[in-house]
Parts: sequence; structure tokens; C-alpha cells
Amino acid sequence: MTAPHADEATTGGVDAYTAAQTAQDAAVGHRSRDFKVWRGTDGVGEFRSYTTETDDGMVVLDAIHQIQAAQANDLAVRWNCKAGKCGSCSAEINGKPKLMCMTRLDELPAGEPVTVEPMRAFPHVRDLVTDVSWNFRVKPRIQKFTPRPPDDPDGTWRIQQRDVDRVQEFRKCIECFLCQDVCHVLRDHHMHEQFVGPRFLVYAAALEMHPLDIADRTTELKEEFGIGYCNITKCCTTVCPEHITITDNAIIPLKERVVDKHYDPLRALVRLVRGKRKD
Amino acid sequence: MPDYQTVDHDVLIIGAGGAGLRAAIEAAATGLSVGVVCKSLLGKAHTVMAEGGVAAAMANVDDRDSWRVHFADTMRGGQYVNNWRMAQLHAQEAPARVRELEAWGALFDRTPDGRILQRNFGGHRYPRLAHVGDRTGLEMIRTLQDHGIHQGMDVHMECTVLALLRDGERIAGAFAYDRERGRFRIFRAKAVVMATGGIGRAYNITSNSWEYTGDGQALAYLAGADLQDMEFVQFHPTGMIWPPSVRGILVTEGVRGEGGVLRNRDGKRFMFDNIPDNYKQQTADNEEEGWRYVQGDKDARRPPELLTRDHVARMIVREVKEGRGSPHGGVYLDISWIKERIPNASEHIRKKLPSMYHQFMQLAGIDITREAMEIGPTTHYVMGGIRVNGDTQMTNVPGLFACGECAAGLHGANRLGGNSLSDLLVFGKRAGEFAAAYARTQSPVSINADEVDESARRALAPFERGTSADGPYQVQESLQTTMQNHVGIVRVAHEMERALGELEVLTQRAERVGVPGNREYNPGWHTALDLRHLLIVSEAITRSALERRESRGGHFRDDFPDKDPAFGTFNHVVRRGPDGAMQLVREEIPPRPAELDAIIKEMQS
Ligand SMILES: Cc1cc2nc3c(=O)[nH]c(=O)nc-3n(C[C@H](O)[C@H](O)[C@H](O)COP(=O)(O)OP(=O)(O)OC[C@H]3O[C@@H](n4cnc5c(N)ncnc54)[C@H](O)[C@@H]3O)c2cc1C
Ligand code: SF4
Ligand code: SF4
Ligand code: FES
Repeated sequence: MTAPHADEATTGGVDAYTAAQTAQDAAVGHRSRDFKVWRGTDGVGEFRSYTTETDDGMVVLDAIHQIQAAQANDLAVRWNCKAGKCGSCSAEINGKPKLMCMTRLDELPAGEPVTVEPMRAFPHVRDLVTDVSWNFRVKPRIQKFTPRPPDDPDGTWRIQQRDVDRVQEFRKCIECFLCQDVCHVLRDHHMHEQFVGPRFLVYAAALEMHPLDIADRTTELKEEFGIGYCNITKCCTTVCPEHITITDNAIIPLKERVVDKHYDPLRALVRLVRGKRKD
Repeated sequence: MPDYQTVDHDVLIIGAGGAGLRAAIEAAATGLSVGVVCKSLLGKAHTVMAEGGVAAAMANVDDRDSWRVHFADTMRGGQYVNNWRMAQLHAQEAPARVRELEAWGALFDRTPDGRILQRNFGGHRYPRLAHVGDRTGLEMIRTLQDHGIHQGMDVHMECTVLALLRDGERIAGAFAYDRERGRFRIFRAKAVVMATGGIGRAYNITSNSWEYTGDGQALAYLAGADLQDMEFVQFHPTGMIWPPSVRGILVTEGVRGEGGVLRNRDGKRFMFDNIPDNYKQQTADNEEEGWRYVQGDKDARRPPELLTRDHVARMIVREVKEGRGSPHGGVYLDISWIKERIPNASEHIRKKLPSMYHQFMQLAGIDITREAMEIGPTTHYVMGGIRVNGDTQMTNVPGLFACGECAAGLHGANRLGGNSLSDLLVFGKRAGEFAAAYARTQSPVSINADEVDESARRALAPFERGTSADGPYQVQESLQTTMQNHVGIVRVAHEMERALGELEVLTQRAERVGVPGNREYNPGWHTALDLRHLLIVSEAITRSALERRESRGGHFRDDFPDKDPAFGTFNHVVRRGPDGAMQLVREEIPPRPAELDAIIKEMQS
């Protein structure tokens, strides 16, 4: 076998590639911008002002990182992917629940400070970090995925793409909990005991409408998960960075199922006889 | 010993990505007490970012595929320095591991007859990657997470391990702090599984998050485990380069799998210029044939854009260096051109590559259904890592196991796309299974109080030095610059020697780093503590790379541009010497069984 590296032309300075990359930095427009970042511990704190240089295309998380590196090493913030995929960097930017890594500075009004504060519906820990552990306690309460027996002798199932497509929207959820942050049932009325919030209604919908799932979660949805508390304000849908139509596609169909099951004796009987309806 | 909180488990898993969760599910199924520790929240590990797919020879799309072909592809991609036993087990077991995910609720894209659809990817002879659009990693980690939480494992989130603890020779647990409050915690365990991922933060330009500081490799090294193949770092050819704030963010290979092409400033598809000899037979030599391949024509050969990542990355660097690059120092990746070939191209692209569409639209203001993307190489993956037994995933330290990206062996000198997610499943399961079996054979372990106190003292030192000392972020950035400039895609001896000198200085600087504030959720402190790990892996990479005086896979030497068969018979192993200094030795690769050899020969023709 011959050498795989036929491209010997790759000679010369080791870091020419890096050099080209560095050169472009010089070409970007720098502007300094003011930020007001909420700092404090366990809910006690205040907005502090910072000024940092910004470039074209920068997102809020970049500015926070710059402030952290140069002016406030201990500024607490969560992040991972920096590309809207992990749902770690949720915060309230100019008062609106958003992902810091997907919010470009040039989308925000110039000439006034950008405010960045933690999600307000969760107990505060430090600076931009909140205690979201309640969400992780809610999930196991929801009956887990329960598939029908396999279709093929090798233990696999046949599923049509259109049936997959129906639930894909819900499975895009990155668990940023911004919808939980904005929902008034949790944020203003603190009904965490009675209501699981839009995120987990989306989760329940993904399971209920999963083409293989045969469990029935309608009773819990009504009695334990408090679906009735949702009065369809659609605030959750508005903030979802994955553009999941939470209210129309997940919550309303679930509400219909609950109503079907609990208030229509004839439908309920038919269901009992025919097994669970899958649509 | 001060009164640290102590938590007992039979098996402790460090890491909650695909590998850690799969290991935990397996170990918990045996009824033992299993704990999982991770630095971020559950579900946020790197695995969530994987885009393109998971490789498994299920032969749903092309029935010529089989584990043998997958094995041969993996070995060829890895330039034959892979652990062949792992390559074999991986190819054989991946299909069952993927189907199992479906039984746990994962929903992959489908073929017309309702089976799991598979897509083309670089270096894979047949369409082999099960996927969900371009968010396969999310589907995978969420499935494992949602299944796992019902399996009776304890998850300790936002908790960072600082040291592994030993009881004589054998493993005894780990010492950690919780990020929220900065309190120390001792985990006592009979078996420990490392599943901590990679090292990308050792470089400036990377697709990896803050988590990838090489903790697992460094902690295992400090506990006496061997590291292997550390010179093999994968630079993914397609990262975003513009605007500067997004530089390094990954553009999935799935774009090329769906027909995306690479062009230089002059609009030329330069990948046709240079096809390595050992891939000539499998590669299209004209655009027409390449297009037929991505459209599923079984008689067509794949386009050169789908050659292995190491090769594509170097070709891009060459275009840029020779002045044929794009305005921001990269080249163009174009998927929008397929509108010339298929109706509804724009809809098709948005359906197959939704998160790429979203990512470019939101972050770069580019509509990929209409315009080309500007891209360049980004540090992506480390093939090297903790040396393990191919069957059991145990290291040379009794009771210490490793799986996933932090372990070495499967990928050899270069990893094929999609082979990581399958790696996590296959070897995560094995690590969990064998760690549980090992734990059952062990008597209770005891913790060495001095070891713990020493770790705690070391961890708190940055507070004592205060803010007038060197800042953690500044040292980290200098380290990244050193590695990027001197131990990057194209390497040469004198540059790497210089890097070693700089790393020594940085080690001293790291010892003097000071941080402000207190122990509560303090990223400055966390960054300071990660420096030690970054320095160890950087030194291991540089020493191994310097000694490999040839070019192979992800490792390219400007001063030794050819592959040298003499270097194909061993792996570089790095371990901590009795004096604390890093030692580098050669370990012979055991001879391949005749059966596997025959497969490789057969597939070469
Ligand atoms: C953008 C991107 C796209 C990718 N796409 C693909 C793809 O399409 N196909 C493919 O096969 N591969 C892909 N990869 C590679 C693949 O995603 C990773 O190699 C893989 O997910 C690693 O999984 P893991 O379980 O080993 O580690 P991770 O998922 O990274 O998990 C590591 C875990 O270890 C924890 N940890 C680390 N250090 C410590 C410590 N000191 N204490 C406690 N916990 C710790 C972390 O918190 C985390 O939970 C991609 C990678 C990236 C970055
Ligand atoms: S629509 Fe329902 S779940 Fe969504 S924010 Fe309004 S009340 Fe909450
Ligand atoms: S539904 Fe949307 S807003 Fe809510 S957690 Fe999921 S991604 Fe975030
Ligand atoms: S960092 Fe992952 S979503 Fe923002």
C-alpha cells in the first residue's frame, strides 16, 4: 500500500491556517457596548454594569464570556454547545427568556445597555445560574415509554416516516426550561406541586403520540400533572427556541384526550373494547 | 481527615454522555448500587451535540453491508493501528445496540419499508449511519437519559471529579466537588468507569465545549493508568469560521453525505485533485458519478468530499495556504447547488439538515438552501486516550474502566464519522457489564485520608493566591494558542519542541493561578482546576506526536510526510514514571487473527 498523504503540497509555515484566521479578526468592526448583568447569591443581589468590546455577529454568551475572562472571573453562567443544541444557557435578556448563545447582539436595541438576568421562575443559586433540579424530579413521575411487542421476529418494528414525523417536533426539545420559566402557572402562582409545566406536557405528548407506545397517561395528566391548569395563553410557544408549537400541537391534543377519556362514557367504552387509540 | 460527605456505590460512573449512561444502565440492571457523576446538568454532555448519525452495519439500505465491511472500513480509516479486537466487537455489536435504543423509545428516520434509514458518511463503504435529521445525538442521549432514570441509578449532577482514589493497587473511588456550593465529596466505589469524553479545549479552534479539558485521561494517568495513541487528534474539516464568535462550531459531515460539495475561491471542486491511492478504487473521479452515489446508485463510487476527515482537512488547509481560500480564510461548502438536480431542494435541505439550516440562519445570517457556507477545520475528537482491554474495557489499574471518547483503541489513527456514537453504545455497555462483574468480586474498599486531604489542599490553593496572581482564563488561552500553533493539523519537530518548552512554563504559571470570590458556582475556580488536566493531555499529545516520525491518519508531519510501515506495528503509550515525569514507550500491536486479516485483505481488493 502506498502513502495516504499524497498532498505533500501542505508545506510551509505550520500555522498559516491560524494566521489567516487571526488576520480576519482585524477586519471585523469593533464597538464597545454596555451590559447590566445580575450578580448575587441565593436571590440576593443586583445588576452590575460592565462594558466590553463587541464584534459583528457576536451573541450575548460571547459578551458574558468576555466579561468573565477579563473583569469577573467568578461570574457564574451555564453553557455547553454554544449552538442552541444543549439548552444550558437559558436566561432573561432585556427581560425576555432566551438562549444566550443564540441571541445576537445586533438583534438588540443599540444605544442602551443589554440586561442579562437569571430565569426568574426557579430558585436562584448564583449570578445567572438557577436551581432547575425540580424539572429533573418531575420527569421520572411520568410513565416511561412502553412499546408494543415487536413486529418482526428479529425484535424490530416497522414504522412509517409520517408517523415518525408526527412526534419529531416534540422530540426536538433541548430541555432549556424557558417555557417553564415563562408559564404563569409556575412563575406567578408557584404551582409546582400541582402542575408539571409545558416542558413535561410536551414530553407526555411525545410519549402518548409515539407510534410504538401503548401506555395511557391521560388519568395522570388530569389528576397528577395538572393539565387543566393550563389556560392556553401560549406564552410557552412564543419563547421555545426549538419552535415547538407547544400549545396547539402538544397541550391541546392532550387536553382533548383527557376530555375524551373522562367525560364521554361512550368513547371511553369504545376505547376499553378497542384498546388505546393511536393517532 | 475533615468531615467530607461520603457517598457509597458499588460502581461509580464518571460522565453522563452516551458512554456513561449506557454503562450505568447496564451496571444498574445487575442490581448493584450505581452512581453517575457529571460536570453539567443531565442531558447536556457532548453527546447531545452529535449531529450526523450512529454507524451500524444493519444493511437496511444496502444489503451488501455486514460487520465485516464495517470492521474493514474502521481499520482502513484508522490506518491499521487500531485495537483490532475492539474494531471487531464494535462492528459486530453496533446493530444490536442501535436496535435496543429503538426499544427504549428512540425514533430514527425510516426507509420506505419502515425500517431504520441509514445515510452515507466519509469512509463508510455503504450507507450506514442511522440518524434523526441532524440531531442524532439529542435523540440518543435523551433516550438513554429517559430510560436510565427508571433504572435505579443515582445521578450526581454538576459535580466535578478532582482525583481518583486507590486502596493499594486497586481503585477505591473518587474525590469531587459540587459546582453549586463548592463542597467536597468522597465517592467510595469498588469499580470506577471513566466516560469523560475528550480534550478539545486544549486548542483555540474547537467544536468542543468547556467540559472537554481531558479530565478523564489526566485523572487516570495520575492514578497510574496508561494512555495510548495521544498523538492522534481529529481535526474535523468543516467548522464554521464566520463571524469570529462562531469559529469552530461544527458543520456536520451529513451536509456532504446529502450531496454538499467543497469548492475553492475559483469555484473548483478541489477534492478531485488529490485522491489517496488506497481510496482510489472506491472514489468517484467525476462529478456525475459522485452525485449518483449520494442519490443511492449502488454502482457509483463515493465523491471525494466523503474521503476521511484527516485528508479532507489537509486539502482545505492547502487551498487556503495556496491563496485559493474564501474571504475569511476557509473554503466553501455548498449544499444549495442540489437545486439544479432535484425539485423541492430547499425543502429537502431543511428537512434533512434542520439544525444546520437554523444554525447558519441564526448565527451567520446565511440561508444554506440558497448560499454556500464558509468553513474550515476545527479540533473535534481525540482518537487516543485511556488504554483498555478490548473485551472488558478495564485499564491496567484494577477496577478502573474506561469507555467512549476518553478510551483509546477503536479508532486507531483516525475515526470515521458515526463511529463514535456506536462506540459509546457498544463499549459503554461492555464497561458497565464488566465493571459490575468486577465489583461483585471485591471486598469493601477503604479510602486513604492523606490522599484526600492532599487533593483538597491543592484544590483550594488558588483562593489563597488571590486575584493579583495570573488569571485562569489567560493561562488557558495561552495553552490553547501553544497547541493550536505548534501541535495542530500540520506538525514539525522544532515546533513541537518549542511547544514542550512553552508547556513547561505554562505548568509553572498554572501553579501560581489565583481566583477571586468564593467556592459557590465559581467558573474562574473551576477553570483553574481544569488547567492541570489540560496540561497533562497537552504534554502527552506533544510527546507522542514528536516521537511519531511519520504521517498517519490525524497525525501529519511536515518533516515526515509519508507513512512509514515501521510505525504501523506499535502504539505509543504514555505513563507516569516513578519520579512523576511522563514516560513514553512503544507497545507492540498483537498479531491479528487470520480470520480478521483475511477480511482486511479481501476488502482491500
Ligand atoms: C458538534 C459535534 C458533533 C458530533 N457528531 C457526531 C456524529 O454525528 N456521530 C458520531 O459518531 N460522533 C459525533 N461526535 C462525536 C461524539 O459526539 C462524541 O465523541 C461523543 O458524544 C462522546 O461521548 P462520551 O460519552 O464519551 O462523552 P460526553 O458525551 O462528552 O460526556 C462526557 C461526560 O463526562 C463528564 N465529565 C468530564 N469530566 C468530568 C469530571 N472531571 N468529573 C465529572 N464528570 C466529568 C461530562 O460532564 C459529561 O457528562 C460529534 C461531536 C461534536 C462535538
Ligand atoms: S399555554 Fe399553558 S403551559 Fe403554556 S405558558 Fe400558557 S398556561 Fe403555561
Ligand atoms: S419545549 Fe421548547 S422551551 Fe420548553 S424546554 Fe423544550 S426546547 Fe425549551
Ligand atoms: S450553550 Fe447550548 S444551548 Fe446555549
